[in-house]
Amino acid sequence: MFLHDTALVYGRYLRQSLRSRFALLFGVLTPLLYLLFYGPLLTGLPLGGTGSSWQLLVPGLLLQLGLFGALFAGFTVIMEKGQGVVERMRVTPVSRLALLLGRALRDATVFVFQAVLLVLAALVMGLRAPLPGILIGFAFVALLTLSLAALSYALGMKVRTPQEFGPLINAVSMPSMLLSGLMLPMTLAPGWLDVLSHFVPFRYLVDAVRDAYVGRYTSAHMLYGSLVAVAFTALAVTVGTRVFRTAGA
Amino acid sequence: MAAVISAAGLARTFSTRSGPVEAVRRVDLTVREGEILGLLGPNGAGKTTTLRMLSTLLAPTGGAATVAGHDLAGDPAGVRRVCGYVAQSGGVDPHITAREELVTQGRLYRLSKAEAVARAAELARELSLLDLLDRRTGALSGGQRRRLDIAMALTHRPKVLFLDEPTTGLDPGSRADLWDLVRRLRDEHGTTVFLTTHYLDEADALADRLVVVDRGVVAAEGTPSALKREYGGSPHATLQDTFLAVTGRAPAADAAPASV
Repeated sequence: MFLHDTALVYGRYLRQSLRSRFALLFGVLTPLLYLLFYGPLLTGLPLGGTGSSWQLLVPGLLLQLGLFGALFAGFTVIMEKGQGVVERMRVTPVSRLALLLGRALRDATVFVFQAVLLVLAALVMGLRAPLPGILIGFAFVALLTLSLAALSYALGMKVRTPQEFGPLINAVSMPSMLLSGLMLPMTLAPGWLDVLSHFVPFRYLVDAVRDAYVGRYTSAHMLYGSLVAVAFTALAVTVGTRVFRTAGA
Repeated sequence: MAAVISAAGLARTFSTRSGPVEAVRRVDLTVREGEILGLLGPNGAGKTTTLRMLSTLLAPTGGAATVAGHDLAGDPAGVRRVCGYVAQSGGVDPHITAREELVTQGRLYRLSKAEAVARAAELARELSLLDLLDRRTGALSGGQRRRLDIAMALTHRPKVLFLDEPTTGLDPGSRADLWDLVRRLRDEHGTTVFLTTHYLDEADALADRLVVVDRGVVAAEGTPSALKREYGGSPHATLQDTFLAVTGRAPAADAAPASV
């Protein structure tokens, strides 16, 4: 029943995404601009990694795509609350977890699709990375967007207006991006900043994907990144489901 | 007739930044099977909160209720199987066709794909939506959309249908059509209809019995004519005067007990 419900909710929202092809492509624009106009600045710099600058930058851009995109997923649930769609579904016997997971899996699908487009563009720009590493990168994008979308939907259920929602999300997304070293590796940072960045979970994810892109699949970074990603996803889905089960106030 | 809904001491307190707000303080009520019950009350009296509690959308903070034999607190899934609910805002996505919404709704009630398609067609026939099925719901008129909302809520042939201000914003013709529809549901399917309204003519014309809530408690209940006799002073009193007398928003306020 739970799988049936999740597939049903997923299908409904995936059809919704497919109806707006423009929005589907638009999300990739910001990281694409970074790739085109920021990426070339790094090619000659001593960044400290073992691979090329593209192997450092592209993992950061993938997570940036996920971070900025998935955190805003909750906007749609605010609109749907106004339309009464959320309550209409909540009075049916459909699983509460499915209402959340069906939506968040749709988002993960959309962002992995966008991540593929971004990597294709990066290959044209000069990225060379092993295929298993690139696939591992997509897996991290999937987990990150699934969990951030789940949290975003939970927040969307709690707040009343988009005007409350936007500033809250911005307050999370910008520091998260800067403190996790998405644009440049934190190994370049002074000690205090490096220490601070270890309190931001996305730091571990980007380190893991950077290792994957240079073919280091058994490093400590990979282990920590995987653990943080899985734990964060479990936490986010738990929090989200609790909110979907009880929300209404 | 047997009670299909019975609530005792139902209460809901919201905690807000400025302290707790008692939206519903104590609602005791009984709805009989096959009855059309009108829930009246001033803005903020607790009508919608009561409806949302009885339809499992909102957990009560006090009291208990059963809906068609299922305990609200102990078996919310059972309550969901036997009741349909239409919010004041409706509940359809304006970008999706009426057909897709009806079929999805059937699937949410665990019908197979073929069953859901068949049920959507059946509901469309019954609620005169056949020609509108392939329109986006955003392109429907207010009356058409309201019929669609009700069709969605009837997908699983519920015993109890909750309607929150079903005719607010409809033109007079659509309102009359909706009244006919509600009566037909009761007459043909024996559906119990529990609706809230601000329109006293609607309450008068449609409801078998009225429950008036004020400040989160039941202030009066009875048939429209009994309420007019008791609170309005005569069976010929207008429901408007009766309502004002019950809710204490008029000189006759002293006649009204705080709760019944």
